[in-house]
Amino acid sequence: MKIILNNKVEEFAADQFNITELLKAKNFTFKMLVIKVNGHLVKKSEHATTIVKDGDDVMVLHLISGG
Amino acid sequence: MTFERIKQILKTKTVGIAGCGGLGSNCAVALARVGVGRLILADFDLVQEGNLNRQFYFYDQIGMLKVAALKQNLFRINPDVRVNTFDIRLCQSDIIEIYSKCDVIVEAFDKPEMKYLILDAVHNYMPDKHLVMGVGMAGWGDNNLIRSRQSDKLIICGDEINAIADECPPLAPRVGIVANMQANAVLEILLGVNEHQIHTERT
Repeated sequence: MKIILNNKVEEFAADQFNITELLKAKNFTFKMLVIKVNGHLVKKSEHATTIVKDGDDVMVLHLISGG
Repeated sequence: MTFERIKQILKTKTVGIAGCGGLGSNCAVALARVGVGRLILADFDLVQEGNLNRQFYFYDQIGMLKVAALKQNLFRINPDVRVNTFDIRLCQSDIIEIYSKCDVIVEAFDKPEMKYLILDAVHNYMPDKHLVMGVGMAGWGDNNLIRSRQSDKLIICGDEINAIADECPPLAPRVGIVANMQANAVLEILLGVNEHQIHTERT
């Protein structure tokens, strides 16, 4: 499948996967992550149950310190 | 659009600024200069000497509440700006109460937990509002790493990479760039895209 991840098209072998699997595949291990799938905010408790499929627009934001 | 017309529109607008450190103080100054009518500021902290390497305060303001010092500085720039200040550590209900009447909200906290708190509050309780966040501005150099992106009503300004660390402190230039980028995003929301401006890159 192809998804848009942080404004870039990325291709994965799997047909679909959940957010936990996506983060593992991309090696995103940072604690303070904000995930949006097609504009919807996905809570941490919903990572394992939220499916990402072909054509989805995914935003992974690292909330790092500084301001 | 002429500056007269810009001022006419902006004076009817209210912008909320959450946090008055490097991002919040510099963003507020830019918005006051162009004539935003009302600014709503919140911060619980006092001005410290260590803040002066990037935050819009002066040496003789050390020890003052940041919101009080910033209000003073904004009035020196533009006496017509109306400023509401809250010297509190914001919780979710405060955010909803204080910022619900704003046209746009600027996130200018330093701690990731607070950034998440406001993102969550705006998303769940004020989904019609634009939120302009600052994420990643520590260190120096690397101008071209700093950028912005948008997802619906959420706008992210910064490099999204460089967190604050002992060896990577926040400094005036990069913090100021991101703060002014946030102010610039606010203007685009309030005024719309400028048709008289060239939007394509030179090739």
